[in-house]
Amino acid sequence: MTPVNHAVEIRDLHKHFGRLEVLRGIDFTVEPGQVVCVIGPSGSGKSTLLRCVNLLEQPTSGKVFVEGVELTHIDVDIDAARRRVGMVFQQFNLFPHMTVLENVTIAQRRVLKRGKAESERIARENLDRVGLSEKADSYPAQLSGGQQQRVAIARALAMSPSLMLFDEPTSALDPELVGDVLTVMRKLAEEGMTMLVVTHEMAFARDVADRVVFMDGGVIVEDGPPDQVIGAPQHERTKSFLRRVLDPTHTDV
Amino acid sequence: MTDQSTATEPSGPGGPPPARARFSPRKRQQISRAVQYVILVVAALAVVLFVDWASLAQNFAKPEVAQETLPELFTIALKNTLIYSIGGFVFAFLIGLVLALMRLSSVRPYRWLSLAYIEIFRGLPALLIFLMILFLPLALPGFEVPGGLYGQGILGLTIVGSAYMAETLRAGLQAVPKGQMEAARSLGMSYSRAMISIIIPQAVRIVIPPTTNQFVSLLKDSSLVLFLGVSGEYVELTKFGNDLASTYANATPILVVGVTYLLVTIPLGYLATRLEKRQGKGR
Repeated sequence: MTPVNHAVEIRDLHKHFGRLEVLRGIDFTVEPGQVVCVIGPSGSGKSTLLRCVNLLEQPTSGKVFVEGVELTHIDVDIDAARRRVGMVFQQFNLFPHMTVLENVTIAQRRVLKRGKAESERIARENLDRVGLSEKADSYPAQLSGGQQQRVAIARALAMSPSLMLFDEPTSALDPELVGDVLTVMRKLAEEGMTMLVVTHEMAFARDVADRVVFMDGGVIVEDGPPDQVIGAPQHERTKSFLRRVLDPTHTDV
Repeated sequence: MTDQSTATEPSGPGGPPPARARFSPRKRQQISRAVQYVILVVAALAVVLFVDWASLAQNFAKPEVAQETLPELFTIALKNTLIYSIGGFVFAFLIGLVLALMRLSSVRPYRWLSLAYIEIFRGLPALLIFLMILFLPLALPGFEVPGGLYGQGILGLTIVGSAYMAETLRAGLQAVPKGQMEAARSLGMSYSRAMISIIIPQAVRIVIPPTTNQFVSLLKDSSLVLFLGVSGEYVELTKFGNDLASTYANATPILVVGVTYLLVTIPLGYLATRLEKRQGKGR
């Protein structure tokens, strides 16, 4: 009965903010090792969906399973469940009062109770993974946006998560810094990390994703391999969205 | 103002063309500044001529009396002022932090209690609180504030300071961006762990400049310890100055004490401003 084989399973998920219905019945799964990109116009509910996966947003109804554990169960140990799920935010949300190294070690030490030496070793490994080992002693304010986002990725990875959530990770970045972050994410995907990515980067979705999900108006409109959803969309809503995104100077106003 | 009369022709797209005024703006500014200097000089002359300097010096700056204040001015009076105000500040900070966290708690009665405390003690004069402490043994027979007179003084300042501190800290806690809590929670930290490791340290940094000013105001309020009937080794600056002034029938000790307060408060004020500036730049 318990769907242990799915990395993420979502059943009939609804989310209201007051009278506004943001998610209107989402059913969907992510398999281990899969990279799934969620695309869609702003206000389509894609960020809310992502935030429901680690319960930063409490769903109004429906069920969310991560690795077979039901996060929406009232007696779940949500802190324990979140340890397995890394999250990267649009605004990075690094801790400004700590150095890069402290940012990456604090949760390891306080949550996983790893020792100082071990947590620092793991932190440096992960900073190395994102190409920032020399910035360990800097403060977030001294880094560029792209560097901050890579530190945020290292911070999440240091918890050894089995699933990574990315909430528009490049939307707050200057265009020339987007590539650094996407490269790190592509490397992560190639290493086999299970990833759920809300993004506007169509090139990334096409090249890296195993599956692309198009959302609009709180429902999933299309779900399939990138060649299909981005290359040959079936629904008019998908087609019109992609026209706007891929060819922004020729949209019908 | 002066060009009003000449601006009669119909205005073009950019308004009427600038007419020639009687005085140019630069000229007007010069005149205005000259008038201000004249007023200043007249006022200064009036003060110099009409004040009886000899008697003023006799009463407020008599070197022999000033000398009598030493060394107790520093070894007892300033020391006690600092004990009362630092003690009050430390407890006010801790209680203020608890009140601020209660104010943001999800448990409604905690929010009410904290709000009631803050509203009551922010709205009462500090002197009234000290008088209440004075009458505390009558209200609660057998009860004694730990720490004797020091304890009573510190208690008064704690009550006065904690209500203000609570509001400052609440603002500080709320000024930490929401994403900080979300990031901490998404790393598996519990709410209280995230508060302790992530939110409170940032909030405290945010409130350092305003709390420095609150320390200055507690330092001044410590003069109210006078009303607790302190004497001997417990006197603080104001009481000390007042006693000596009575003894010598001369106001010099009061002036000396005033300067001693300023020795502490002015540097602290500068420190607060500098911390504020540094914060504006960093983060």
